[in-house]
Amino acid sequence: MHELSLSSAIVNTVVRHAAGRPVTVVYLRVGALRQVVPDSLDFYFEFVARGTVCEGARLEHELIPARLRCRGCGHEWSIEIPAFRCPECAGSDVEIAAGNEFEVESIEVGPPAAAWGDRPEGDLGEETQCIAPR
Amino acid sequence: MHRTKVRIVEDALDANNTIASANRTDFDRAGVRVVNFMSAPGAGKTTLLERVVADLPGVRVGVLEGDVEGSIDADRLAGLHVPVTQLNTSAGFGGECHLDANMVRSAIPALPLEEIDLLLVENVGNLVCPAEFRIGEDARVMVCAVTEGEDKPLKYPLMFRACELVIVNKIDLLPHLDFDLEKLLYNIDAVHPDVETIVLSARTGQGIEAWREWLLRTAAREEAIA
Repeated sequence: MHELSLSSAIVNTVVRHAAGRPVTVVYLRVGALRQVVPDSLDFYFEFVARGTVCEGARLEHELIPARLRCRGCGHEWSIEIPAFRCPECAGSDVEIAAGNEFEVESIEVGPPAAAWGDRPEGDLGEETQCIAPR
Repeated sequence: MHRTKVRIVEDALDANNTIASANRTDFDRAGVRVVNFMSAPGAGKTTLLERVVADLPGVRVGVLEGDVEGSIDADRLAGLHVPVTQLNTSAGFGGECHLDANMVRSAIPALPLEEIDLLLVENVGNLVCPAEFRIGEDARVMVCAVTEGEDKPLKYPLMFRACELVIVNKIDLLPHLDFDLEKLLYNIDAVHPDVETIVLSARTGQGIEAWREWLLRTAAREEAIA
């Protein structure tokens, strides 16, 4: 059910970066620990995107498997079930090495509606600057 | 149509986290510690507040009540002579199922920050979405009632991890339930190793002292723990 809230967060993030250009694809990186149901996210996204530059855009999910690392003994492992104690030393000081992502990795945008037709069909350029590096 | 790929690499919740930081700055400036209080509907959040808010010596308490609709919880707390501010989420998309940083930000002008030391924010009853949205709190508490079943930490690990204290409530009902308290505590530890837990009954008052002491400790903290 949190997919509705998360869809709103995605749309808000994308709208900020799209600068008025119509969005065709949104590429997401979603960690396994975020418990996101892809179909459910697609469903709510379509709904929340209406009336914004994201209307009609497609979501592409990249699922990131969960990996944990024990700060105590250095052991690193992947998990399928939520068990966060280190299986080697039983330590509790465990960090999430991967699997907690919920990132908008990139978007694909067309030209602003007024400028359509300026470029030939299918020309997929690339903006190289990273707008909000982390 | 010419299409451009724009690299963004931004956590979709960053915008919320930025506003949460602004809230935290405002709370810090006023010297107010903030606790975000979360649980499933009916786990006993309001009763746990009723039990302690009027009885924290030396700490002036305020309550921010988050509900989709109405002011039933705020009305319940009104008799306790602490300032209660109601925040309804129904203005959102069909009634938001959680508080986010922006909703709390909109409530700040209505909060008597100069008159309180500790703000208890009762989130909307929901075991899922509140875990995703920081609001500018210093600590997060989640309440889990024994009527909910021992498996809940395994089903809602996000919520059980997004807190610094887990309260296990309604233990007065244990004689009437097929409930294994040890198993619940084991599951909580599996999902969130070493998280602080308090086992209590808001109804009978058993264990309430530990909850009161936790709040007093949190109100006295120099630094946030969340």
